Amino acid sequence: MSEHEREHPSVVGQSGAVGLAIDVVLGAVSLMMLLPLVFLISNAFKTPPELLAWPPTVIPHQPTLDNIISVLSETPLFRWIGNSLIFATLSTASIVSTSAIAGYVLGKFDLPGIPVIFGIIIATAVVPFEVYMIPLYLNVQSAGLLNTWPGLLVGYLIMSFGIFLVRQYVMTSIPDELLEAARVDGAGELWIFLRIVLPLMRGPLGALAVLAFFQAWTAFAWPLVVMTNKDTYTLEVGLALFQTGFTVDTGRLSAAAALALVPSALFFSLMRRNFVRGVAASGLKE
Amino acid sequence: MRTTPKWLFPVLALLPVLALYGCIRVYPIIETLRLSLFQWNIISRRKPFVGFANFVELSSDPLFLEAIFNTTIIAFSVVAITIPVALALAALINTRQGLRRSGVYEASVFLPHVVSLVPAAMAWKWIFDARLGPLNALIGMFGIPAQSWLFDPVLSLVCLIVLCSWQAIGYAVLIFLVGLKNVPEALYEAARLDGASSLQAFRYIAVPLLKPVMLYVSVITLISSYNIYAQAFVLASDVQGAPGHLVRVLVLDMLENSFRNYRVGYAAAEAVVLLVIVLILTGAQFRLFRDRSRA
Repeated sequence: MSEHEREHPSVVGQSGAVGLAIDVVLGAVSLMMLLPLVFLISNAFKTPPELLAWPPTVIPHQPTLDNIISVLSETPLFRWIGNSLIFATLSTASIVSTSAIAGYVLGKFDLPGIPVIFGIIIATAVVPFEVYMIPLYLNVQSAGLLNTWPGLLVGYLIMSFGIFLVRQYVMTSIPDELLEAARVDGAGELWIFLRIVLPLMRGPLGALAVLAFFQAWTAFAWPLVVMTNKDTYTLEVGLALFQTGFTVDTGRLSAAAALALVPSALFFSLMRRNFVRGVAASGLKE
Repeated sequence: MRTTPKWLFPVLALLPVLALYGCIRVYPIIETLRLSLFQWNIISRRKPFVGFANFVELSSDPLFLEAIFNTTIIAFSVVAITIPVALALAALINTRQGLRRSGVYEASVFLPHVVSLVPAAMAWKWIFDARLGPLNALIGMFGIPAQSWLFDPVLSLVCLIVLCSWQAIGYAVLIFLVGLKNVPEALYEAARLDGASSLQAFRYIAVPLLKPVMLYVSVITLISSYNIYAQAFVLASDVQGAPGHLVRVLVLDMLENSFRNYRVGYAAAEAVVLLVIVLILTGAQFRLFRDRSRA
């Protein structure tokens, strides 16, 4: 809330009847947007008869843990969550560090070829992952890396937008004088990067980290083809395959989905500020 | 005092990243372009060059045509729904700026965009379920007969559009809100002095200024809708024991050709088609932007 400058002066007619109407509409829309997720969580705790009830209940009358217990005994759900966590964390670490160093060099050093390199990065940024995933898969396969962490990570080690974001930030927000002063004092380049530049980039790197984590957490097609053992599934893949074959029972499906929803919802609420900043930055790169 | 040459640090720092970039990004993209000109079934050692034969075959492949038709319908429908709805929501939320509840609205609208795809799709799958789903029960109250949403070829497309729009709206609202906050206050003041209502001020001041942002969000939404896969995968897979109607989307068709039919060259040609679509959309956006800034 602190960032909001209290009242937006463009606000007209926000008191009285108009304001109330706006709140009613927004309240209804918010509710509708959340309702599918609310039902999902609520269904997870329902008994089979209550799942058939109309209208569907939001708060189960006789909440039961049976669905959750049976899902946890049938599927390595926690293992899948763990796999996703490891995958997303490693991917984030790689994307943040490669973007930080490459963005800094591309933004602050004047070497022949740098404009060309940057041009290539921008040009490839628009290519969707799905376009080049088949050759990437063939490479991973011939390297014998299917069903391994490195094989999974290969698709998610770098992010063109991350390099772009850092470069823009470095060019606009880190003065050359600061770096020159450090050089005059005899500081080495690595030291300058680690001790001066990196701490100044905390803001954009934080936003980037959240984006990268989210991207890996929701990855689907790549983990689906690369990780094919039940124990190596990521959460999204495990859940999607669980719901195709293993069960037709709404209660248990909802329980599994609700459990899978918890980490991402939790992560979003903790990181909301960074998230919004990252998504907004990625939207306004023009 | 320094003895190391000036270029040493940037070169050493950049090299590993560039090497990585070349191996996992540039090379596979070039390889996709190259493979699309070959006929290759993974196992065979023979990999004859066939020129544009893959593309010619694609142009009369009913499954591919169905996929590209479905994907296009989905992508444009999602944009047609998302942009106006998101613009209206952003405008309304913007009038509540600074109030505590505006944060609640923002978060509720944004949450579907950030929760994991698969559980969210599963939630909708239950809603659409023919026997147990609340949607049929709801329309039943109005005397409309129950529909088999996920089995019917047309309705299953509608379901996918609803699901994808629900996910896309939060992103568009967020970007529009940033855009609305950047509208200079003085313009609103001037409009108010001239006696414009807030609706008029929005229509004639905010909307024209937001046009580039709207264009941008439309293109991003189109591109990401052209890449949908997980949503179709979840909605179409077994519903209550029976498979739902498979909505063939572009990525699904591509993966099927590559990993089920082992036609790698053919699948690469599909990937190239996807790339061309994305490039056309991006190009159109740049073009429109340029025209706008020149005008």
